[in-house]
Amino acid sequence: MLLLLLIFLATFPFYGLPSYYTVLVMTFFMFGILAVSWAMFSGATGYMSLAPAAFFGIGIYTTTILYSLLKVRVFSVLPVDALQPAVNAFLIGAVVAGGLVSFVLALLLGLVTLRLKGIYFAIFTFGLVVFISELILFLEIHITGTRGRTLILPGTGAPLCSNTTIYYIMLGILVATLLAIYFIRRSKLGLAMQSIGGNEEGAEHMGVNTTRVKVITFAISAIFMGAAGAIMAAKLIYIDPIIAFNLNYSFLPVLMAIFGGMGQLYGPVIGAVIFAYIQRILMTEFPKYYMLIFGNTRYPVHARWIGRAGAKVAESKAAIKIVERRRSGATCQYLKGKV
Amino acid sequence: MPILEGQGVTKYFGGLAAVSHVDFHIDQGEIVGLIGPNGAGKTTLFNLISAALPLSSGEIRFKGQKLNGLKPHQVCKMGIARTFQEIKIFGNMPVVQNVLVGATFGTPSRMTLADATREASQALEFVGLSAMNTAPIKDLTLVHQKRVEVARALATKPELLLLDELMAGLNPAEVSEAMELVRTIRDKGITIVMVEHVMKAIMGICRRIIVLHHGEKIAEGTCNEIACNKTVIDVYLGEETHAGS
Repeated sequence: MLLLLLIFLATFPFYGLPSYYTVLVMTFFMFGILAVSWAMFSGATGYMSLAPAAFFGIGIYTTTILYSLLKVRVFSVLPVDALQPAVNAFLIGAVVAGGLVSFVLALLLGLVTLRLKGIYFAIFTFGLVVFISELILFLEIHITGTRGRTLILPGTGAPLCSNTTIYYIMLGILVATLLAIYFIRRSKLGLAMQSIGGNEEGAEHMGVNTTRVKVITFAISAIFMGAAGAIMAAKLIYIDPIIAFNLNYSFLPVLMAIFGGMGQLYGPVIGAVIFAYIQRILMTEFPKYYMLIFGNTRYPVHARWIGRAGAKVAESKAAIKIVERRRSGATCQYLKGKV
Repeated sequence: MPILEGQGVTKYFGGLAAVSHVDFHIDQGEIVGLIGPNGAGKTTLFNLISAALPLSSGEIRFKGQKLNGLKPHQVCKMGIARTFQEIKIFGNMPVVQNVLVGATFGTPSRMTLADATREASQALEFVGLSAMNTAPIKDLTLVHQKRVEVARALATKPELLLLDELMAGLNPAEVSEAMELVRTIRDKGITIVMVEHVMKAIMGICRRIIVLHHGEKIAEGTCNEIACNKTVIDVYLGEETHAGS
């Protein structure tokens, strides 16, 4: 079943559908990666991270900066028929680099921030996205003297690679993300994360080095966010901090994971598909009212959160409990026939 | 040599001395009761031993090694396990997983998950809960949840076990069972310190009692000595003695 689905997705670009659909499914993958990697850390530990946009943006900028460094020196001097393979290889390298840069950054940030609990961690990670975005904007204006960058091939000015290439790289990252979460959940690390989500103090007293576990898993989840951003840069073509660090990349994955449910691996993916599809439809059909309507589609999810967690908000443990309670999620419950 | 030793153990919360210059020692293989009125500093003392709180001054030694500056997970690996007055179970997991966490991370030697799972089942069997292995821990009664905490602590292979009000809220039959459990744990060679308000339990199983009041140690001795101690009767036991006479 799973294999069939994978084969279907792997051959999808060859069914002769307009490339719109390839891009649409690629968007599903991208949000799937963000939602699954968010659930990997936040779903298990109960630490509500709003940092996905930060690591996603870091990935985008890793590709962008690496490409500007190499463009003049390497890509411009390559013969025309060697250019595309070289750029494709570069993009795969950039995906790895984006993952690594995000990993290192998350490691450092985790050491500082993961001592914060509950809602404070959520607020800090939210601020982080804005901070990095503003920092890059500042550096671009005052130091490099640019505003925004474009990612195009030298000479022709075409995009770096075809949508199909981006599609496959994105699919590869999604599969890697799902494999990672599958194995982590079955490992000691997964057990440690879950115990932190259950009761951090209890976990600490049972010999779990909670700080280390949190920092490492936060950083692992950032790898996939950064990798997804790194390849997305090729799709975006024009990059500036506002685009790269769009806060929707933080909020949507959270929503998707919670709506889809985190008890099962496929939960966040299903949530990602549903929300990404709604977003796409609204954006194309109702461009003027897109935000208004999309805001309302999110409302039921928020309402369910707030309703269930209402009593706990009073105890100011809101964020942790919300995640804990929503672990089984709407779609998972539906699929299990509970709704 | 005492297994656990405290000298001038002091903890300030702001200006309040929650535990003040307490000297104590726990010998290998004994069951020691820690009693005193509410707010006397019993749980704070447990928190200091298990490193949940840092000491303000003084020092605590476990088998001759200083515990100052260690983290709770390090103290746990050294062989000190504890339960909590307000249970701190992993509510999102089944019973056996709760115990598995202790077996996997709390033991001094690194264990594979398979070995740890076996240890966890054994610990649950020991406290008499093997029938509930796979049940979600939230579905258990408080009495059973407390037992899971004991199993979880035992799974870390401790040499010293700190029990914080294990018997609070239990009916007389359950208290007897719990007392029996504590004795069996001691017979396995594990030293026990227990905070308890149930005097029947304390007097029944403890070899020695330490009494705290306002953060200070006001008495220490065998059950008989404590039961007749004038100060202890005044600040804590009072009512009970009258009722008995």
